[in-house]
Amino acid sequence: MNVIDKIEREQMKTEIPAFIPGDTVNVHSRVVEGGKERIQIFTGIVIARRGTGINQAFTVRKISNGEGVERAFHIHSPKVAKVEVTKRGKVRRAKLNYLRDRVGKAATNLKSRQEKTGA
Amino acid sequence: MSIGLIGKKVGMTRIYDDLGNAIPVTVIDVRDNVFLQRKTVEKDGYSAVQVGYDDQKTSRINKAEAGHFKSNDVSPKRRVQEFRLSSDSELPEGDHPGLDVFVEGQWVDVIGTSKGKGFQGAMRRHNFAGQPQTHGHMMHRRTGAVAAGSTPARIWKGKRMPGHQGCDSITVQNLKIVKKRSEDGVILVSGAVPGSKGSYVVIRPAVKKPAPAIEEASGEN
Repeated sequence: MNVIDKIEREQMKTEIPAFIPGDTVNVHSRVVEGGKERIQIFTGIVIARRGTGINQAFTVRKISNGEGVERAFHIHSPKVAKVEVTKRGKVRRAKLNYLRDRVGKAATNLKSRQEKTGA
Repeated sequence: MSIGLIGKKVGMTRIYDDLGNAIPVTVIDVRDNVFLQRKTVEKDGYSAVQVGYDDQKTSRINKAEAGHFKSNDVSPKRRVQEFRLSSDSELPEGDHPGLDVFVEGQWVDVIGTSKGKGFQGAMRRHNFAGQPQTHGHMMHRRTGAVAAGSTPARIWKGKRMPGHQGCDSITVQNLKIVKKRSEDGVILVSGAVPGSKGSYVVIRPAVKKPAPAIEEASGEN
């Protein structure tokens, strides 16, 4: 096997929930403050996923105090402790950049998606 | 001065450190480096050791080279590199410079041959600004004026002009050894190194940064 594949596979996480743009997620990120580590939760809509293998990343957008906030995470980074999917959204784009132009409820409410069963 | 290794660039990837920071690294294969001739002050006037890397077909080497490999009792190698040592006492024992030559966290220089770019203009080759694209300009990417007039009535030597770019020997200084993987025979060096995948590179301890203290101990064997 290719050495690079091997190095990457060793660092990749095995238990990552399936989520796609439009889903609402809680991202548990590790934050080190004053030598102490704690978990910070960032909740929002996944507006983009990109990359493959160890380079996979995703962008989460939320509206915080009326201001849009986006954060990008590397899925396999140790700084991302856990990703929880709380809501499945139904969207017709891979990149939801149009949410940036929306205000109010339209920016956060997406149609919900039914999980396919037995497929 | 101390021993370095010859390697082959495998490619790049990223490594997460203890803090979770992603470090871009170049993977360099340094498997089966071997010692060839050891030069001593008494015999050769200076101390040095030759290191060989990557097997070569016997039919591809001439008799002089074959004799040199035979007298040092190693199979023919594609690459041979000499590393100067400050004294004979530093001459290594054993047959192989293992990955022990370097320690993790050590600063190194990596020497390689950059990718060939062919014949390139002055804008790409020397970062010239070029001329405006619009407003009636009919000259866009040309070199521009190359010298003054009847004094000196010639072009200075070394004037930057279009020409061949790439395929140069490039030394990248002060890269860090992020990790050694002896089971795979590879070294992971922070950042990029010159050349394409599969090209040969030489890794040596950094000239402009002090070697770590442990290096002195492991340099003896």
